[in-house]
Amino acid sequence: MLRILNKIQRIGIVTERLPKIEEPALEEIGAQLKNRIGELFGGSLAIREVDAGSCNGCELEIQALNNPYYGIERFGVHFVASPRHADMLLVTGPVSRHMEAALRRTYDATPEPKLVIAVGECGANGGEFGVSYASCGAVSNVIPVDAVIRGCPPTPLDLMRGILEAIGKLQQNKHK
Amino acid sequence: MTTNAWMTSFLGRLSLREISVQEEPAPGLAPARLLKIGADDWGRFAHEAKNWDCRWVAAWGEDNGEDLIVNAAFEKDGVYFIARAQVKRATPILPSHTPYYVAADRPERHMQDMLGVVFTDHPDPRRWTRHRAWKDSEFPLRKDFPAAGHPPAQTPPNDNYRFLFAHGSGVYEIPVGPVHAGIIEPGHFRFQAVGETVLNLEERLGYVHKGIEKIAQGRDAAGLARLAGRVSGDSTVAHAWAACMAMEKAAGVTVPARALSLRAIMAERERVANHLGDIGAICNDVSFTFAFYQFGRLRELWQRLSREAFGHRFMMDVVVPGGVATDIGDQASAAMQKQVASLRKELAGLYNIVEDMPSLEDRLDTTGYLAPETAKAFGALGYVGRASGIAFDVRKDAPYAPYQGMNLEVPVFTQGDVATRVEVRMQEILASFALIEKLLADLPAGPVHVPWKSPAAGAEGLGLVEGFRGEILAYVRFDDGGRIARYFPRDPSWLTWPTLEKLVRDNIVPDFPVCNKSVNGSYSGHDL
Repeated sequence: MLRILNKIQRIGIVTERLPKIEEPALEEIGAQLKNRIGELFGGSLAIREVDAGSCNGCELEIQALNNPYYGIERFGVHFVASPRHADMLLVTGPVSRHMEAALRRTYDATPEPKLVIAVGECGANGGEFGVSYASCGAVSNVIPVDAVIRGCPPTPLDLMRGILEAIGKLQQNKHK
Repeated sequence: MTTNAWMTSFLGRLSLREISVQEEPAPGLAPARLLKIGADDWGRFAHEAKNWDCRWVAAWGEDNGEDLIVNAAFEKDGVYFIARAQVKRATPILPSHTPYYVAADRPERHMQDMLGVVFTDHPDPRRWTRHRAWKDSEFPLRKDFPAAGHPPAQTPPNDNYRFLFAHGSGVYEIPVGPVHAGIIEPGHFRFQAVGETVLNLEERLGYVHKGIEKIAQGRDAAGLARLAGRVSGDSTVAHAWAACMAMEKAAGVTVPARALSLRAIMAERERVANHLGDIGAICNDVSFTFAFYQFGRLRELWQRLSREAFGHRFMMDVVVPGGVATDIGDQASAAMQKQVASLRKELAGLYNIVEDMPSLEDRLDTTGYLAPETAKAFGALGYVGRASGIAFDVRKDAPYAPYQGMNLEVPVFTQGDVATRVEVRMQEILASFALIEKLLADLPAGPVHVPWKSPAAGAEGLGLVEGFRGEILAYVRFDDGGRIARYFPRDPSWLTWPTLEKLVRDNIVPDFPVCNKSVNGSYSGHDL
């Protein structure tokens, strides 16, 4: 036990302030995200991740959002086990035809109002796999999509930025 | 070579048994040898191979327009051979290998669904890869089946599949998936349980079938490498390497030494990244979150340096036909050396904590036991095999450049439980560290890429690479104009998924996630 406490104390908190790379305004957006989640989702945004046919690259980067560097929970974002608890679906693709029915059912099980983000090149446009006898291609070919996060796979920072933007859009639409 | 001696006596035995065998030259398949087997003798051939203690490696088929060609790869003492039979397209009937090799079960059903080969004495003729996106009279890998297929407007769910059924007092069934609770891939698990104890588990996969084998056809070499890099995202380097190795052998392209070392450095980095992540996740599945965050932290640092050195956190699309797409400078090399040194130190401390944590011992020791004889029967690979007595590692037993002559420690145990699979992975990380240090220190100078030249139509090649899950096989055959006629990747998951069904029996249902994570089969790499 002492060794564990010692390790924890020595490592300290590695969670990063949102790094300034690529987009200087990210730290501000981080703060805005927290505020918006506060306004729109009662302080907590529940995401259900659905792998609808990916190569698992996107899943690894989405998992990384929970590692101590990104610690996405500090912004009020958390991943839930059931679509019935979710405000948002994060769907990776391409949507295989064998996952088509499961994805539709997951979408239907998610309560309104809901947001859907298609993740990765494959989720956005079918990527390397496109449309075939086995693949429906983009997520938007199967369920309505509100936003897209591109990249193969998108990095954890891309994912955070994409989630912020999707929520931003929701707020704009609400004020229209 | 003395290791080939068994092959000579094996061939003698086949002729004694009057099994029709003819060895044919196949330079692209080397070091594997090609044996043409009479279709009628296909089953008896497997029986003899089994008697000879050969390991079943993979099976795949191909439509050449008139006939269906069926291949099966075997290995013994690091020597590979490929058995090949030919059946008429109109009457594609062949004896099954499954009665002798359980590992051939799902791959033969895959061939049945995709190519329409009928295996006469297969004990389980249910569909496997096919759900309901194409009809049972259609075979996607036949030449007259268009890549676009004829899918229904909406694909119905995969019902009407006959699961094994258990009944009796207190027996109940738990269906799980395809959409799982975590941020993981989709598949279906059907448990039969009494109380908390798992009586039986039946896996139903194929949900992420993306038609990889079909859409590979007609691609150029670079396009195939990109696709291979997405067979299983966590093994992008290993699959791209195996596919490129196959294409390079088919085309007779010699990859520069520096490129081979860089591929190996990336492959070892990929192995370390996955092992770090999975050890943390296994600890998390038994609620030891301290290790989850510590190992997750190390994995993140590791991936960031992969990006700095090779331009991508997973090093995707860096392995290309003829070499690698990026070179590294002295600075990146020094940074990787430094990182290995610092992680080695950090891991020593973490290992000590993980290894004598009473709660981990309680949950991981004896959990998910895979007996060595079961592992052998299923041909288990990688850390699953090595925790259950199977030492095979392509890097050591059938070494490819640049691993020849490198001193590689392969950890092998026989306890076969979750704790031992974790132990194997911890030791493999250390072995990879040593390899990375050596590869960086001895990095040859020179180019990292040679121009690609397309081989003649019909040229075939075989790639064999040790991915983090174990042996990856890639088969490639070219068509006219340097286009791909056939690509088949065999991820090790094909061989480790069935072991999960066995090792989870008699465990409690709540231990399924940790058992599953300790095997960590790739859904995408399996479903193709």
